[in-house]
Amino acid sequence: MRRRTLLTAALLTGCAPARRRARGGEAVLRFQSLAWQKESVEANKRLVAEWNATHPTIRVEYVQGSWDGVHDQLLTSFEGGEAPDIIHDAADDLADFAYGGYLADLRGLLRVRLTADIPAHSWATTTFGDGGVYGVPFLQEPRVIIANRALLERARVRIPTVRDPWSWAEFEDVARALTRGGTYGVGWPLKDPVAATLGLALSTGGRVFHRGDDGKVTVRFDAADQRVPRAIARTAAKSTLGMGGSDTLPGFFGGKYAMVPLGFSYRQQIVQQAPEGFDWTVLPAPAGPGGDQRQGVGPQTLSIAEDSPYRREAARFLDFFLRPRNMARLALGDWMLPTGTGALRDPALRSPEHGWATGTALAAQLRPAPALSVRGYREWKDKVATPALQEYYSGAIGMERLRKRLIKDGGLVLARYQR
Amino acid sequence: MNRTAAVRRRRAARAGQYLALLGYLVFLAFPLLWLLSTAFKPPRELASPDPGWIPLDPTLDNFRQAFDEQPLLRAAANSLTASVAAAVITVVIATPMAYVMARNHRSPLSRAATGWVVVSQAFPFVLVIIPLFLVLKNLYLINSLSGLIMVYVVWSLPFALWMLAGYARAVPRELEEAAAVDGAGRLRVLVSVTMPLLAPGLVATALFAFITAWNEFFFALVLLKTPQKQTMPVILTHFIGAEGVADLGPLAAASLLATLPSLVLFAVIQRRITSGTLAGAVKS
Repeated sequence: MRRRTLLTAALLTGCAPARRRARGGEAVLRFQSLAWQKESVEANKRLVAEWNATHPTIRVEYVQGSWDGVHDQLLTSFEGGEAPDIIHDAADDLADFAYGGYLADLRGLLRVRLTADIPAHSWATTTFGDGGVYGVPFLQEPRVIIANRALLERARVRIPTVRDPWSWAEFEDVARALTRGGTYGVGWPLKDPVAATLGLALSTGGRVFHRGDDGKVTVRFDAADQRVPRAIARTAAKSTLGMGGSDTLPGFFGGKYAMVPLGFSYRQQIVQQAPEGFDWTVLPAPAGPGGDQRQGVGPQTLSIAEDSPYRREAARFLDFFLRPRNMARLALGDWMLPTGTGALRDPALRSPEHGWATGTALAAQLRPAPALSVRGYREWKDKVATPALQEYYSGAIGMERLRKRLIKDGGLVLARYQR
Repeated sequence: MNRTAAVRRRRAARAGQYLALLGYLVFLAFPLLWLLSTAFKPPRELASPDPGWIPLDPTLDNFRQAFDEQPLLRAAANSLTASVAAAVITVVIATPMAYVMARNHRSPLSRAATGWVVVSQAFPFVLVIIPLFLVLKNLYLINSLSGLIMVYVVWSLPFALWMLAGYARAVPRELEEAAAVDGAGRLRVLVSVTMPLLAPGLVATALFAFITAWNEFFFALVLLKTPQKQTMPVILTHFIGAEGVADLGPLAAASLLATLPSLVLFAVIQRRITSGTLAGAVKS
């Protein structure tokens, strides 16, 4: 009877994990990475292999996760006490997990070398509540303008640089000058317009979310917040309203759009897919008053689960994984920028080829997107801001109606999270 | 004259019906044909401003890359194991239950059971996943295909039961009674008379359970932790990055391969589903 019970249990459990058990003092850490591009996965796996080769008592198990459904997957794993020890995610996904007590506060766990290497404004993207740090921001990307150089030269417009960027007014003039025949000046991918709008609005002083002394967040949509959405609405080709970033590329290659504002990592797709001889260049996004080039970004992060029995070991792994040379390898694999100042000095990231130098020069201007620490931001974005901005950009509603929707309807959503 | 006009009208109506059917078939086939076309296109053609149906420079590189980057065969084997097991177990459990429900469909208990079956379909994945996860964890069934199979069976069972009960109700009671009059025992009646007549229903139910499990993503994502156990839908998402950016060529190639088992299965057994095995069973 006992044998039968054991047999049944063995059959039912299959190969249940034994990671919590240490064999001969060996700690086994599960690292769930969301790297997905070939070079990036290879860089991650190589670093894990290097760590395992030199740290026989702290073995790291690489698990490839998926961006699709990662929030629900992590939430379930946290609730079930089965979360990975080391978690790759994005800063805009961390607030709920941090406030929910699922992530370890990294203060006191990380070495000074790592904390000093990453600028304070990047740390702000993963700092919540009473100043606890719940993730290491390690990769980020500015929004840049990828332009068809031939069309720019034909229109004889000034080519901007990081030192001398376009103002938003100049950008609108250029977009108008480039719009001729079957070509539109700008193909804004506006399927998911919130992150781009809010991120770029920082250059004109737009914050949208304002935290009061009592810690509560209110939504405002004043003149400074409205400057960028107005510029987008005036320059956007209507055909790109429902498009994601990749969807604009065929039109860009075909000369339908002279410029496409995209995340820095889209360069990889352009290198892969651009027709032979297609001449493209990476330009900085337009600047606000006084040449303000600040942009709000939400970096990718590495966190440690609060439930992990190996928090110190995980922190040691992070210290190795995010050494300047390693962080640069990860950034190159993902076509993004590292947050670490040491990694940013890597010569490979300063090459003018494929616009790397332009992006690296913008790194100092990247700031935490004001929405990152706001509880309920995701719901505000999905239920209120996305449809409202889409309607505004399509011309279905005006600025006043957009303002009301973001503040009034959006305020109701946020209020639920701040009771 | 009137008769000729009527014939013409009938022909025109028939032609219209066929045209509508053709349009519907094209509509249904469009995603699959586009997938087929995309899987064989090189990266530059994928971003061509004038995309065509036929790849100008067909390539197998997308398939090579897909196999090179992800363990597709292992994932397919895991998916196949989970789907076949889920289909078989679902049918084995659902068949006697459906039969009892069909033969007693007027009883309050049967009605309540049917109602519960229908209501249970209304619960979304997200609502049940955390309690389910905790239950499976207590049974040591997290990160095992056995646990996933159990979830798939539980998830498919209500609809399978409802579907099979419909088939069972269509089996004429008179045939069972005739067999009984001829001396067949209860078990013999079930095995020799009822089951063969239920065959199309059993096949359809198995197919439903198989395809539900084969395509399922969220439970597999949450319940399976180690790469060695991951199923095909989970592996496919590894070609997709943040904000929906995708490695389109390899994704299309892998998706095409993932679609094949369902297509083959449909092609092989669709006759079994549609053929009227009851035809001629009862004299009218």
